[in-house]
Amino acid sequence: MKLLNPIKISYKNLLAAKFRSFLTMLGIIIGVGSVIIIMAIGQSAQELILDQVKGIGTNLIGVIPGASSDDKSPPAAAMGISITTLTYDDLEALRNPRNIPEAEDGAGYVVGSDTVSYGGLDKALSFTGTTASYINVETAEVENGRFFTKEEEANLSKVAVIGSKMALEFFGNDNPIGKTIKIKEQNFNVIGVFKDRGSSAFGMSSQDDSVFVPLKTGQKILLGINYLSYARLKVKNPDLIPSAIANVKATLRERHHIKDPSKDDFSVRDQASALETITNITDILRYFLLAIGTVSLIVGGVGIMNVMLIAVNQRVREVGLRKAVGARNPEIIAQFLIESATISSLGGIAGIILGILLSFVASVIIQALDYYWPFIISVPSIFVAFGVSVFIGIIFGIYPARKASQISPMEALRYE
Amino acid sequence: MEKPVISVENLCKTYENEGIKTQAVCGVSFSVKKGEFISIMGPSGSGKSTLMQILGFLDRPTSGKYLFEGEDAEKFSEEKLSYIRNQKIGFVFQTFNLLPRTTVFENVELPLLYDRGETSGKKVQEKVKNALQAVSMEHRVNYFSSQLSGGEKQRVAIARALINEPDVIFADEPTGNLDSKSGIEVLKILQKLNRQGHTIILVTHEIFTAQHAERIIYVKDGRIVADDLVKDRKVAEDGELLK
Repeated sequence: MKLLNPIKISYKNLLAAKFRSFLTMLGIIIGVGSVIIIMAIGQSAQELILDQVKGIGTNLIGVIPGASSDDKSPPAAAMGISITTLTYDDLEALRNPRNIPEAEDGAGYVVGSDTVSYGGLDKALSFTGTTASYINVETAEVENGRFFTKEEEANLSKVAVIGSKMALEFFGNDNPIGKTIKIKEQNFNVIGVFKDRGSSAFGMSSQDDSVFVPLKTGQKILLGINYLSYARLKVKNPDLIPSAIANVKATLRERHHIKDPSKDDFSVRDQASALETITNITDILRYFLLAIGTVSLIVGGVGIMNVMLIAVNQRVREVGLRKAVGARNPEIIAQFLIESATISSLGGIAGIILGILLSFVASVIIQALDYYWPFIISVPSIFVAFGVSVFIGIIFGIYPARKASQISPMEALRYE
Repeated sequence: MEKPVISVENLCKTYENEGIKTQAVCGVSFSVKKGEFISIMGPSGSGKSTLMQILGFLDRPTSGKYLFEGEDAEKFSEEKLSYIRNQKIGFVFQTFNLLPRTTVFENVELPLLYDRGETSGKKVQEKVKNALQAVSMEHRVNYFSSQLSGGEKQRVAIARALINEPDVIFADEPTGNLDSKSGIEVLKILQKLNRQGHTIILVTHEIFTAQHAERIIYVKDGRIVADDLVKDRKVAEDGELLK
């Protein structure tokens, strides 16, 4: 068998049946492209979330009330359940260098959300009550005005520091400093505006979009509670985190009279375990996307199959004619194999290019919207999508040839 | 006496469709000498096309003996069958069976693509040209098959059957889909090819067409009912119309 001839025949056939070739390719392009886009978006989204967690800083330890069954799953407090075991006195003890020599500073937090209003504008916003040390612990910067002081914290001052986004929304170009806003029907004097920071994932609320009030004001006036939602300690250097965590646990166990570590009523997180938690969540997201990708690959495959099968009748007759003029079965199979492999691979390559291109365009657009959105292409997704699509293309491409090679030329010529 | 090119004995073909057996051809025996021009004639459904497809190696008989150039066809391998279809016989169909979206040249060239011998590009050009000249179609060499009239399509199909200079040309109702003027042209070409030495086997249901052969085999209900030489053989002339 001369190898060149089937190639020549296939080439002529592909050019002659341009529309059929195009339709087949389209099925493969869509199948491959969609899987690549879906996987790329999934990975970029994961990076976005992880980046936001990392953005908080690597030398922070979070203390969250309530036990968690293991260190990887989210603690109960993150699920919105109130646990009252962490108090201001606990925070004071944690800030004491005699207990935690590694700690540079610490901050306590209460969080809630309620209607915030100014002028005619009412909006449900999250607010945070925190200690004056917040500004140091979180390395936050106030752009306009100032943060509240220890004294204001101690005497229940109704002052507020607001996020940059919120400032823009409520005051536009006016200077918010000195204005009075209402939180839960209580008047608060705006004393500062944070510098734009980008969202934070640790507390799941963005500093830019919320109101900060002194801790005790938040506890007593806004929420009517006397416990902390959580606390954070700033450690002098990231290498000290393991020993700091051990000291935090020892201090709290002593204060809460816990002898058995498995009965802890708090959990301590550092950045690494928080990252792990978030990674767990985003992995679920990726499996979900993988499932969608698989479905779109199946849909693409069915599309390829349909186009190929529609062409079968015509092609079986073509095989009959070719056999009637002397073609041998291996030559026929070779011709169809080359044809479908060419179409499938070209379609697959076009699909890869299209998928990468659209993922890139998406990343450019999302980056323009000021999100951290790295352009990532999942290489395994390219191989799997390409492999599966090309495989389906080839199988159903040689199907008419196989079918026709099994019957006599006459039956093939009469095939309907 | 010269060995017949085709010789069949007690040939039968039974189709089985959804469990129902239909006997298309049964107990057929005859032989064809080299250089003969015969017509197989009969009404539609008589089994004449089935008979010809078996003779042309497009189908295999259910039983009976078929000797092609003295060799037992039952023993032919797929490889050998392809070789015979490619080199020894040419087929002309009622519905032309040209490849769509391809040119006249590519259609005529088709059997050469499956030719075992090495054929140079120049040789291919020459062979296609000669075959097209034999059917007076050389002026349409770059036309697409869809741009041709029915008669032109059939002439291209004959050129395709001719390209490898086969011993036997089978024509299955070659005039069936043509107007009478084109039909006569096709018959004229077949007679010319016969004079050049090709054995021609023509299947038709029209007596006038059949009478262009030297001999007519009449088939009815899958059996041969008569096998006569044509006394008043018709010669296809230009300007004549197919009756």
